[in-house]
Amino acid sequence: MSKILDFLKYWLSYQGLSEHGIWGATARVLILVVPILLLVPGLIWWERRLLSWMQDRIGPNRVGPKGLLQTICDGVKLFMKEDITPAAIDRLVYFTAPAVALFPAFALGGTLPWGPNTALTPIADVNIGVLYVLAVSSLGVYGIVLAGYASNNKYSLMGGLRSSAQLISYELAMGMSLAAIVLATGSLRMTDMVKYQETLLWGVVPKVQNWLILTPFGFIAAMIFAICAIAETNRAPFDLPEAENELIAGYHTEYSSMKFAVFFMGEYAAMFVFSAIFVAVFCGGYHALPFDWSALGLGQVQQLNESLAGIVFLGKVSFFFSCFIWIRATLPRLRYDQLMALGWRSLLPFAVANFMLVGLWVVVTDPGGANRFGLGWAAYFGGLFVAFLIYLMVRKLSSERFETLEVRKVVLTSGLEGTSVREKEIAAV
Amino acid sequence: MPPSDELAKLTIFGALAGIAALAAVGVVVSPNAVRSALCLIANFFALAFLYFTLNAELLGITQVIVYTGAIMVLFLFVIMLLNLGAAHLLREPPDLLKKAIGILLGLVLFGMIGSQVLRPLATITATTSPDDYGSPQAVGRALFTTYVWPFEVASVLLLIGIVGSIMLAKRKI
Repeated sequence: MSKILDFLKYWLSYQGLSEHGIWGATARVLILVVPILLLVPGLIWWERRLLSWMQDRIGPNRVGPKGLLQTICDGVKLFMKEDITPAAIDRLVYFTAPAVALFPAFALGGTLPWGPNTALTPIADVNIGVLYVLAVSSLGVYGIVLAGYASNNKYSLMGGLRSSAQLISYELAMGMSLAAIVLATGSLRMTDMVKYQETLLWGVVPKVQNWLILTPFGFIAAMIFAICAIAETNRAPFDLPEAENELIAGYHTEYSSMKFAVFFMGEYAAMFVFSAIFVAVFCGGYHALPFDWSALGLGQVQQLNESLAGIVFLGKVSFFFSCFIWIRATLPRLRYDQLMALGWRSLLPFAVANFMLVGLWVVVTDPGGANRFGLGWAAYFGGLFVAFLIYLMVRKLSSERFETLEVRKVVLTSGLEGTSVREKEIAAV
Repeated sequence: MPPSDELAKLTIFGALAGIAALAAVGVVVSPNAVRSALCLIANFFALAFLYFTLNAELLGITQVIVYTGAIMVLFLFVIMLLNLGAAHLLREPPDLLKKAIGILLGLVLFGMIGSQVLRPLATITATTSPDDYGSPQAVGRALFTTYVWPFEVASVLLLIGIVGSIMLAKRKI
């Protein structure tokens, strides 16, 4: 007994705010999670406003200034609504599913560095940072699958099945795109990735930071990662698990009141954290612009940036969050076979090719610290060209044997006076 | 090392091992296939955390990515696709002979594994391995130097397996 008391006393006094101290860890978790929780209503409002602006509508503008309190009202409404529980459900699984859906959305940010101060961020600077992101993001599917199964509803089940198939397909491409970055930076630690992006652009351009999205392989990896992130968060155009016109509301058809709100919140939190990971891994983390300010003789700007790191980071994340919404407003939903074909036949081979070429780049550039960047980039672009030729060859070979999917062409022509006739040409190409 | 550090480690180990063992029992006991799969997921998850406490973070995170994140999603996918129906329809009538043989075989298996594993385990007193024992760098170096041939052979074997399964499943490519 005294041993346990001793341990508790020791535990409470343990190292205070240091890296492994209990108080420091709690503070770091709160600094990351509380802003996300507080931001989610704002994000939902922002999505609705931006979407309606893009679609030439007005959107919610009545409650509070510019409609900002609309989401709060919706939350209150969801709280007050009757909580309906269907009779033929698997009770235990049905009630745990929303919690399981929310957990990865918040846990995803565990290794995310949002500033230069290592006492405050990231929560845990482990040397498996990127793998942690992949592991936790793959857990996101469980909430959806379990909700779909437990609801005992055909539509929900279809939503859950689609979601698991989609996640498995896009997980691979996402992993390969991040693996290319790991190969280039030589570390799985996310803080090291941010540091790598402070070096010279392409290894040669002075005074400009080497943001990975500005490098050729980083750009390819970033695009693949972004597409996979949209697919993993079940957002348009990959929102097949909740396709309204086919599946009612998909996996959350049978969820009402706050249980639905939890799913909703999880989706937005996951979107936000994925945007944050994109910023940290590909877009220079907390640096506002890709310039080396001290080399430009503007050391104060660098200091200002570092002291405002959190705000700068938040601003960049908001930008990419808006891109998510922009894509939703732009692209129609994919068909299921198109979704699978995009994942397996386009993204995965592309990501693997990029991964191999980054390997080539590393070998040519840096045999024992030689830093032959010119040669390295020549090898990379040469490899890219060869990969393109191989792609053309494979396409030529496979198109002879594969039946091409039906392609529809819609032609708009002007008809008789005052009316317009829409002519539909259906042609197999 | 502070005096209560051992106790802390023991507490964490006990909690994780308990969860893992209970979940493992749940896999076998539960009549519902989906709940069995869920118990298996909990078991894999607890195992991953046990690896973390042993400073084998790469092994732990690989456990989560491969088993919890990929293989179990596929398991659930298949179970849901087959849609086995209500649990009581799957229940078989009790059969004493079957039970007896099952218990006997279980004991034999336990004895076989126990005789090999328990003796070396009995001498171990350390609760963790040294730092950097299971770091990505250490594992990577070992895989590509000491164990490069087994590693490459295993990966080629897996590749053959993948290609073979595609050939079997899709006769027309």
